[in-house]
Amino acid sequence: MATVMPKKKRSLLQGNEAIALGALAAGCRFFAGYPITPASEISEVLSARMPRVGGTFIQMEDEIASMGAIIGASIAGIKSMTATSGPGFSLMQENIGYACITETPCVVVNVMRGGGSTGLPTCPGQGDVMQARWGTHGDNPIIVLAVSTVTDCFDITVRAFNLSEKYRIPVVLLSDEVVSHTRETVIFPSPQDIEIVDRVTPSVPPEWYVPYENNSTGIPDMAAFGEGYRYHVTGLVHDERGFPTQHPEEVKTFTNRLFRKLTQGLHEIQIIKTFMMNDADVAVIAYGSVARSAQRAVVDARSKGTKAGLLQLITLFPFPERLVDKVLKQCIRVLVPEMNMGQIYREVQRVNQGKTDVKKYNRIDGQFITPDEILGELLLEE
Amino acid sequence: MPKEITKLIHKYLRHDKKFPHVWCPGCGNGVILGSLIRAIDRLGLTKDEIVLASGIGCSGRMPVYVDFNTLHTTHGRALTFATGIKLAKPSLTVITVMGDGDATAIGGNHFIHAARRNVNLTAIIINNQIYGMTGGQFSPTTPYGSHAATAPYGHIEHAFSIAELAVTAGAAFVGRGTVYHVQTLDKLIKAAVLKRGFSVVEIISNCHIQFGRRNEMGNPVTMMEWMRDHAVTVEKAEKMTSEDLEDKFTIGILADEEKPIYTEEYDKIRERAGD
Amino acid sequence: MTGKKKRPAVRPEKGTQRSKPSKSLEKQSGRAKKRYSHTVFEDWCKKCGICSSFCPKNVIGQDEHGGPVFERPEDCIGCRFCELHCPDFAITVQELDSDTVGDV
Repeated sequence: MATVMPKKKRSLLQGNEAIALGALAAGCRFFAGYPITPASEISEVLSARMPRVGGTFIQMEDEIASMGAIIGASIAGIKSMTATSGPGFSLMQENIGYACITETPCVVVNVMRGGGSTGLPTCPGQGDVMQARWGTHGDNPIIVLAVSTVTDCFDITVRAFNLSEKYRIPVVLLSDEVVSHTRETVIFPSPQDIEIVDRVTPSVPPEWYVPYENNSTGIPDMAAFGEGYRYHVTGLVHDERGFPTQHPEEVKTFTNRLFRKLTQGLHEIQIIKTFMMNDADVAVIAYGSVARSAQRAVVDARSKGTKAGLLQLITLFPFPERLVDKVLKQCIRVLVPEMNMGQIYREVQRVNQGKTDVKKYNRIDGQFITPDEILGELLLEE
Repeated sequence: MPKEITKLIHKYLRHDKKFPHVWCPGCGNGVILGSLIRAIDRLGLTKDEIVLASGIGCSGRMPVYVDFNTLHTTHGRALTFATGIKLAKPSLTVITVMGDGDATAIGGNHFIHAARRNVNLTAIIINNQIYGMTGGQFSPTTPYGSHAATAPYGHIEHAFSIAELAVTAGAAFVGRGTVYHVQTLDKLIKAAVLKRGFSVVEIISNCHIQFGRRNEMGNPVTMMEWMRDHAVTVEKAEKMTSEDLEDKFTIGILADEEKPIYTEEYDKIRERAGD
Repeated sequence: MTGKKKRPAVRPEKGTQRSKPSKSLEKQSGRAKKRYSHTVFEDWCKKCGICSSFCPKNVIGQDEHGGPVFERPEDCIGCRFCELHCPDFAITVQELDSDTVGDV
């Protein structure tokens, strides 16, 4: 069996390739997908590499089926992933909701394109941020991460699996056309330095197993099908034993637990990066490929005498309110550039509540935001 | 004739669930559940080896009652989940149970592709010719001219023949039975589960409440009598003229062929990919 | 609810109903006729009428609510149509050994 990690320690890779390699490094052994630009390379790489590590790649008939298949594989005990772009992501929402309610770990990569509907397939966009959080019907929490470099694509994919496994929740990994098709050198960590988290499986005998137990962490142990723990999995709201219930107390307990398990883990779920923030009085809050431009703009602003800094959000949801709040309290001006009409800007404003001056900068023409544009906005009022 | 029928079924039920089950008096779903359990018992499979996955609708409620690894998925998607489970753990025997609307309307695409792909799964499709749970709207198998909640003036669309659809899509095994011909049904399900490859059993069932009452067959007995009078075995049909067969449907094994199985083919891919 | 003629109604006791097999062993052409006992698990029976309507020997009648009454158990040929077709697993047909017939 082939080694999971590439033989070379450093490699020139495209973002999509790095996502595929990150998934393999995280222990993903099942991938189901449907061709779509600009995500198809993830499928292509995994169709070649999955069989070499004893895993399975399957191309399904559509994205609905892909999502169903990865949930099935995860319930059978295998770490699983799918990858798509906007139109496919819309189709997946039904079964993403199923994964939320059944607490089935899985990773869903959405390489964002520009525009709505079929949109701008070969252009970048960040229009799916709110869909990633609220795309399913019902009121389920979910984890949404965003990558901005090819190295991120590797590292954050591993983190996505770890969070998904630990918290028994689907994790949406948002990339965009720029990040996914950019080629950069990635220096791989040595395998022993990669932290891998696996779901907790029950240690009790089957007759004691409570598949959706309302325990102190809010995260029940997960038995795989076929291991002697025969239980029921359903998208209907269920009791601790997994059977459908409409009893108001049980419904309330169940829904509260889904939120509670994340609230208790916010310290490790909410991932950010800061750049030159220590003494900053002007900040950019950005994510995805825009954070790259923002980083350059911050350097340029500093050279022009503006004490700028960058707060890069890797975790978009649960929205890192307290971490953002710290920046809002520290800075006199905050800029939120995005390739949409201001989806995270709205979240920042929700936290801001008038504390400081928050501006947005948006592009929705399928072009990415350049460092100069951000710099121009930062210096606008100097 | 087996000595134990009901007693045997009880070995597989989750008695802590609410019984009698949720289905209407005389519903064919209960008959099919019994048939499925007997087939599994005769195959000597353990409860731990079986996965029973369903979609949405009256049929979707079946897994909750049996003590297997059970999965109640989204509408029409049971086969996609089943595909993931089977590929992740090929040692499991994965059976899906779906309704006619579930499998051939909302899940129609998954169904034909599962048949084409030939993953070793069994699809049991309960065809009661109507959407029962939602109140009797017409389904892809509602006959032309019949009445439904959304076809109050008579149905103007034409029905799928599920079994023939499966044959055309390439299913390795296709059988059709009814809830009246239970002993044939037991054998069909057993053969389908045993079959290596994608197998389909279409079961003509009765929804006398939602279909029957709107179509002059308002109780389970008249619907079962209709099955008795209109079903012809495949063998007998071969000797009948097309005129004689006009208002009849065939039961028995409609297709049984050997095709390479997906999981085995994928094992070869793993070898080819090598190091 | 079924098209079947109703027989005189016999309301069974609540709970499990069991038919009483005839105690004498009839000899028919040198072979002992097989005997069967029938149990109806009334808590699960939904009185759909399938068993009574299709019984080939008219062993099963209906009570006033349409529930099964095993009126002529001695006529049962053990085809188990009723048991196989009961959607609610509410009927058990048991063949009686010749030496157990008397004890049931």
